[in-house]
Order: sequence, then C-alpha cells, then structure tokens
Amino acid sequence: MSMALELQNLSKRYGRKWALRDWTMKLPTGHVVALVGPNGAGKTTLLQLAAGLLKPSAGEVRVFGCDPHKQTREILPRVGFVAQDHPLYKRFTVADLLTMGRKMNPRWDQRIAEERLTMLDIPLQQRAGKLSGGQQAQVALALALAKRPDLMLLDEPLASMDPLARRNFLRVLMGETAEHGLTVLLSSHIIGDLERVCDYLIILSDAHVQLAGDIDEIIRTHKRLVGPRTLAAAVARIHDVIEERHGERQTTLLVRINGHLFDQSWEMHDVTLEEIVLAYMGQLAQYQRMETIPMPLSMRDGFPCEESEERIRRETPR
Amino acid sequence: MIEFHLDERSGVPPYLQIVQQVQQALRLGLLGVGDRLPTVREVVEQLVINPNTVLKAYRELEHQELVVSRPGQGTFVIRTLGPVSLASHATLRRSLTRWLENAREAGLDEESIVALFNATLWESRLQESEGTA
Repeated sequence: MSMALELQNLSKRYGRKWALRDWTMKLPTGHVVALVGPNGAGKTTLLQLAAGLLKPSAGEVRVFGCDPHKQTREILPRVGFVAQDHPLYKRFTVADLLTMGRKMNPRWDQRIAEERLTMLDIPLQQRAGKLSGGQQAQVALALALAKRPDLMLLDEPLASMDPLARRNFLRVLMGETAEHGLTVLLSSHIIGDLERVCDYLIILSDAHVQLAGDIDEIIRTHKRLVGPRTLAAAVARIHDVIEERHGERQTTLLVRINGHLFDQSWEMHDVTLEEIVLAYMGQLAQYQRMETIPMPLSMRDGFPCEESEERIRRETPR
Repeated sequence: MIEFHLDERSGVPPYLQIVQQVQQALRLGLLGVGDRLPTVREVVEQLVINPNTVLKAYRELEHQELVVSRPGQGTFVIRTLGPVSLASHATLRRSLTRWLENAREAGLDEESIVALFNATLWESRLQESEGTA
C-alpha cells in the first residue's frame, strides 16, 4: 500500500516550546483524516510541516516518499494547502487568481475551478478582498482543487462558513476524493460536522497524539458504562478508562474496551465520536492539573505506543 | 435507481445502513437482478459521506453475493432476496412476548430490558466478528 504521509519521530520546536513531539505515523493514501484538538495543540504545525513550509526540529516527514521541505519540485504539484486564514491576493480579481493558478500549476484544471465558482455564484470580476470571509474560503478551496492535488491539507476549512456552505464544501471534497482517490488531512476544533466525511481520526493536544485510528474502529471500541461504584476498579484493570464520574453509589465510565465482555452489572451505551473526542481532551485537562506530561495513547499498529496504555491507567486520578 | 438516506441518530454505522437499505429494497422488489447501484461518487455527493463508507457497504454486499462490481461499468444486482417469511416473524414475536413477560416478572423495567437487549446484541455481534476474524 502506498503511503501519503510518513512521520518518523517528528518533532518541531519554537524556541523552548515543543509544538509537536516525537510522532511516528504512517498514513496510507485515500483516507480522509480529521485532525482535532484545542488551540495550540500542534495541528497547524503538522499541516505546515507536511506542506514543506516548515522544517522539522528533529525526525522526518515524508509526503509520497519525498521530503516536502527539500524536494519541493516533486512535491508541490501534488499537494494542495489551504491555510487557516485562506490567504488570497486581495487586490486580484477572482479571474486573475484563476489565471495565476493556471500559469503556475502543471496539472491545473480550469473547468473544475470555474464550475465550482459559478455554482457558488461568486462573480469572477470581483476583487478577492471584497468577498465575504466564507466566499474567500470557497475561492481558496476552488483554487486548491483545480490544482488536482493528490494530498489536500486544509487548516480549519469550515471555520468561516455557514452550515449550507459547509455542506457544499464537504460534498465537493468528497466527490473529488471518490473520483480521484485524493487523500485529505483537515484540522478542526470540533468533530460534529466531520464525523460522516472522515474515516480516520487523530486527536492532538499539547504537542502529543492522544488517539489515532480508524473512526469505525474507535466508535466500536468505546462505550459508556453505568454501574455500581464498587466495581469501577475491576473494569479499570481490564479496559482503558478514559473518563469517569462517580455518584454516591453509581459510576459512569467512558472506556476503550479490550475485547473482554462485561458482567451484567454494567449497563452499556454507545457513544458519539464527539463524546469520545471531548473525553480524551478532558483527560488531558486532568493531566495538566496533576502537572504530569501526557503520553500518547496508541490505537493501531504504526502509532507511538511506548508505555502509554499502562501509564494512562495508572495516572488517571480516581 | 435506489436512493439512500442516513439516520444520524440510529446508532447503526452508516455503511451498515446502506447495506440494510439494499437488502430491504431487494426484499420489497424495488431492486431486481441486473439493476445498477449508484456509483460511489453519486452516493458520496448525495449523502455527503466518506467514499470508503460506500466502498465498505458495496464490498459487504459483494461478500453476501448480492451484487457484483464490473470495473468501468458499475455495481450490479445478481441475486434478489425473498420476502422475509411472515410465519417465522409470528413465531419469533410470540417467543419474544413470552421473554418480555418473564423479564417483567423478574422485576426489570423497560429501560433495563432495552439495556439488556442491547448489551446481548452487542455481545453476540462481537462473538460473531471474532468467529469470522
């Protein structure tokens, strides 16, 4: 299987602060990956490293087997990148931007850009700076798609769009993914809108990967349990407890199950992806109160997993 | 051509909803042998979902030998499903009613009954998937 993205002990530091720390991962082509986490978690840093805009402080990043920072000639035509503030040349008209795209990109597809902008009622003679924030985001995406990339990196693409624009945007992105086997890595604060369109989830916080894996698998293996408080410790010995709340007698747990079945004392409920994301982020908040360093929790082969699971069990406050 | 829809709140994974909707259409005669399923792109754009979800559903239908995918042409129905026998429905329903009576006698309220059913369903699914793995 060919790899869109390979990270080997990837680390990035700004001054004394680590933005990403020791991350190893392989991402096969054709996935649509949601990269979620709070502000300052390292999402933008990862996307910029993959686009070759930043150089790693340690370790390496490979895009389709090449170093994106050094082998720009090979990589740039294959990567589409839309930054968070979707920068456009504000004084250029939309038509000027299309001309620029066509002259600078060998694989340029004028038809897809024009079709998309017509569908969105964005006038080609308008200056980019006069468009609304949502429209600018749509223009930036249209330009990135027309480039016909194999890997699309999108930093908070939905932030400035209304619900209808989001749906249109995701529809086009999914259509292109189905047609051309595009690999997509997109970052977001929230997962709600992305649950149906992504098949892979990476939860990043405080420079570390908290959870990474196939979304169906993540949903299948996480459950909420309600049962007697006295039995909570027994559950924690077998399963990974991500979140726990205790009442006087009753305990509510969010666990990652490890294959074994539960006894009848526990009532089991499905959880949404959003609840899972929030639980992992909440776990981080607990760590920070304890002033310990969070360790990455692995979901699958190919992800960092040294001592993580044991450690999370031991250090989760009871 | 069949058009899919997704129930966001059912708790059934999207790929399985697509599988079930094809099975249901086959049972009801809305889809027949030789009919083409929508292309992956068509489903993806209609439902705004991940292409791999659709591929997974179509693979599952192929595995059940209900459809076959012909490269460059599409995915076609090759076998149809007979309607579920109403007779077996009635028998199952009677034994379920008896089971519900027993559960109420044992002191379970409706929520515990649902919870117990869901937990058992989940366990049997897990055992099944371990069996096939």
